[in-house]
Amino acid sequence: MKNENLNSSKVETPVIEVSPHMKSTSTTTSIMWAVSFSLLPAALWGVISFGWYSLFVLVVSILSSVLAEAIINFSNKKITITDGSAFLTGLLIGFNMPPQIPLYIPIIASFFAIWIVKAAFGGLGANWMNPALAGRVFVFFSFSNEMGSTAWSKPRFLPEMADTISGATPLTIVKSQGADCAKNSLEFLGELGYTNTAFDGRLTDFINGLFKTSIPNGYFDAFIGNIPGCIGEISALLLIAGGLYLLFKKIITWHIPVSYIASFMVFTWIFGGLQTGSGFFAGDAVFHLLTGGIILAAFFMATDLVTSPIHPKGLIIYGIALGFLTFFIRIFGTFPEGASLAILFMNMFVPIFNKATAAKPFGYVKKKKGGK
Amino acid sequence: MMKVKSFGRKGIKTCGYKSLANKNPIQKLIYKGNYLVPMSQHLGVPAKCLVEVGDFVCEYQMIGEALGFISANVHSPVAGEVVAIKEIVLANGVKCQAVEIVPSEDFLANLEKDKSVKDFDLENTSTAILLEEIKNAGIVGMGGATFPSNVKLSIPKGKVCKHLIINGVECEPFLCADHRLMLEKTSQILEGIKIVRKILNPEQVTIGIENNKKDAIAKFSQEIKENNHNIAVCPLKVKYPQGDEKQLIKAIMGVEMPSGTLPIDVGTVVLNIGTIYAIYELFYKNKSLVERVVTVSGDAIENPSNFLVRIGVPYSFLIEQAGGFSKPVEKIISGGPMMGFAVYDTSLPVTKGSGGILALSKKIVRDKPETNCLNCGKCVAVCPMGLFPSMLYKLIDNSKFPMAMKTGLMDCKECGCCAYACPAGIPLVQGFKLGKRMGAKK
Repeated sequence: MKNENLNSSKVETPVIEVSPHMKSTSTTTSIMWAVSFSLLPAALWGVISFGWYSLFVLVVSILSSVLAEAIINFSNKKITITDGSAFLTGLLIGFNMPPQIPLYIPIIASFFAIWIVKAAFGGLGANWMNPALAGRVFVFFSFSNEMGSTAWSKPRFLPEMADTISGATPLTIVKSQGADCAKNSLEFLGELGYTNTAFDGRLTDFINGLFKTSIPNGYFDAFIGNIPGCIGEISALLLIAGGLYLLFKKIITWHIPVSYIASFMVFTWIFGGLQTGSGFFAGDAVFHLLTGGIILAAFFMATDLVTSPIHPKGLIIYGIALGFLTFFIRIFGTFPEGASLAILFMNMFVPIFNKATAAKPFGYVKKKKGGK
Repeated sequence: MMKVKSFGRKGIKTCGYKSLANKNPIQKLIYKGNYLVPMSQHLGVPAKCLVEVGDFVCEYQMIGEALGFISANVHSPVAGEVVAIKEIVLANGVKCQAVEIVPSEDFLANLEKDKSVKDFDLENTSTAILLEEIKNAGIVGMGGATFPSNVKLSIPKGKVCKHLIINGVECEPFLCADHRLMLEKTSQILEGIKIVRKILNPEQVTIGIENNKKDAIAKFSQEIKENNHNIAVCPLKVKYPQGDEKQLIKAIMGVEMPSGTLPIDVGTVVLNIGTIYAIYELFYKNKSLVERVVTVSGDAIENPSNFLVRIGVPYSFLIEQAGGFSKPVEKIISGGPMMGFAVYDTSLPVTKGSGGILALSKKIVRDKPETNCLNCGKCVAVCPMGLFPSMLYKLIDNSKFPMAMKTGLMDCKECGCCAYACPAGIPLVQGFKLGKRMGAKK
C-alpha cells in the first residue's frame, strides 16, 4: 500500500537548484501593483474633484506608457510589460498633470519617460532617474504655458473664486503676488478672493474655539484635498493613507518620507519668511507642505526603489538633501514647485550615496586596514 | 521571565512550517536492504576506505580512517558483507567512494533491541582519553556543517574556552529533529554536556533555544533546576539564520566575531544538540556515530515524521515510511530549505549531516520570474553579515572577482536570506558560490 503510494506520485524530474529553496512572496510585479493600488484613492479623489476629463488624462497617460513599453518589448523581444512598472509610470505621469491639460502632453511625457529615461538605459532597474518625474519635467519645460499657470481648474467642492485668481494654484498665487506680503499665506489668499469650503470653515472655527488659537481658514481644505493642483497631488490625507499602506507592506521604509518632510518643514519654517520680509522662523511650513506636491513626492516619487539609495543612513541624508533642495527651489527659485526638480537632481548622486554610506559588515572594526 | 535575545535587526522571519512534524515523536526505523556508507560525510578530507569487496564487517567497525587533521572516521552501521565499493555523488555535489553493505540475517534479527546504558565513570577519565574516543568514534557537528568535533573540542595553545554554547536553535524551516531530541532526551543531553564540560572546562554554559520551542525551553529549565546543573537556558527570538555560530554568539554574548576567525578566538565553543547527544551515546552506550535523527517533512509528504535511522539508509525508504508523496513534488531537498541541497535521486544515503529530507510542492518553492535588480535594498536589509549582496552580485556578473573578494565576498556564508527576500528573483547565492570559486582561482 505504502509502496504503491510512493510509486503513484513518483517524482519524474525534481528541480535542481542552488539554495535557498523557498522564496518570499514579494516580486517585482507585486511591488509595482501594490504601489499602483496605494495610489488609487488619491486618483479617485482627483477624478471626483476635477471631473471626467481628469480621468481621461489618467487613462491616456497609462495607455501611452503601456504602449511605449509594448513597442520596446516588441523590438527587444523581451517581455517586461507584465511587471506593472509601465502602468505605474503612466499613472504617476497622470498624477502630475494639471486637470485641463491637452491630451498630447501626457502622451509625450509617457513616451519620453519609457523610451528615453527607462529603456535607453537598460529597462527597469537600470534607469538612473525616476522616469515619471523626468517625463513630467520634460513636458514642464517644453510646454510651460499648458503646464503652467493657466491650466488649473477649480476643484468641485470649492466655491467660486474671484476672477483674478481663478486658474491658479495657491502656490503660484503666493509666488507671483505675495513676494512682499508679511502676512500668513492663507490670510493673504483670502483677501485676494480665494475661497474655502463651508466644512473647512466650521472645522477651523471649532479648532480655534477649542485651543484658543487663530488659525486662518484653508488648512483643512488643503489637507483633505479641496485645492487646485495636479490631478493626483491634491489630497494629502489620501496620499498619506496610501503611503502608510506601502510602509505596512514593507515596500518603502520610513526613512525618506520622514526625513524629507521634516527637513523641508524645518527649512521652510526657519528661512521661508525671508522672502516675504518677515525674518527668520516665520515661514508657513504647513501651508507649503499641504499645497504643493510634496506629500506625493515624499511617499511615492522619492522612494522609488530604483532611483533611491539603499542603506538606511544614505536614505536619511538623501531625504534631508531633498527637503533642502525643494525648499530652496520653491522659496528662492523661479518655480512655484520644487519637488520634482529636487528629486531628479538628487537621483544623480544615488551611486555616491550607496558607496559612501554602506554599513560596517559583521565582524569588522571600523577603519581596519584592508577591511571596509 | 528570561530575556529573549536576538542578533540584531537583520535576518529574516520565515514561516517556520515546524508544526508539520514537531509533535511527532522520534520513531526508530529498521531498514533491511543494502546500506550505502559514503566515505565523505564530514567537512575536510574524505576518509580512507579500509575494507574490500567480500569483507565481513561488524557493527560499529571502523571502515573509513580519517586522513589528516580535519577529517573523521567512518564506521559501519550494520554487521554484514561488503558487496561493492562504488563512486557516488552526494547531495552536496561531493564525489566520493561509498561502501555498500548487505546486513546479515543474525544482525537484522537483533536490530530492534537498543543497547543498554552502561556505567561510565566521568570523574576518573582524563580529557585526553575523552578526546581520543570522540575522534575514534567519528563524531562530527550534526547541525549540517559536519565539522569534526574533536578538532573543535581541542583548544589550541594560548586560547581558553570561557563560554560553551549549546546550539538548540534549529532556525531552518521545517526541521525539528533537534527539537524532538531536546524534548525526548533531555536528561541524556544534560549528561552529554557534563562530558563536554569536563573537556573544555568553561566558566559558563548556555543552551540557546528559539522561542518557537517553548516546550523544550520549559523542559530544560525544569531539569536544570531539579538537578542543580550550572547551565543557563537562553530563549531566542525566532529569526533565521540564528543557528549560525556567528549570529548565535552575537545573540547570546553580544560579541561580534571578527571576520575570518573561529569561535574559539572569542573564547567560545558552539556545539549542536545532536552532537551532544552523539557524545552521550558514545560514552554511555558505546556507540560510534552511525545513526541520527532525520526529519522527513514538507508539504508534499503524507505524514511528516522524525526518524532515528542508521547512516547509509536511502532517502526513498524514509520517504516511503513517511507515507510517500501526497501531491506533485517540485523539489526534494536534503537538509533545510534555506541552505540544503536539492537532489534528483532519492536512492542517496542518509549521512552524518542529513538533518532533514523535504519534499516541497510548487506552492512553497514559489519560483519567481527573474527581472532586473530594482535596487530596492531588501538584500542589504536582511544580510546578517552586513554585506551589500546586490553590489556583490553585479561585480560577479561582470567577472570582477577580485573586486568582489575585496568587498567582502568571503564573509558571505550563503545563508540565503538575500535570495529569499529578493523581489526580482535574482539567484544571488548561486552567484556568490560561483564568485568564491572563481575568486579563489586567481
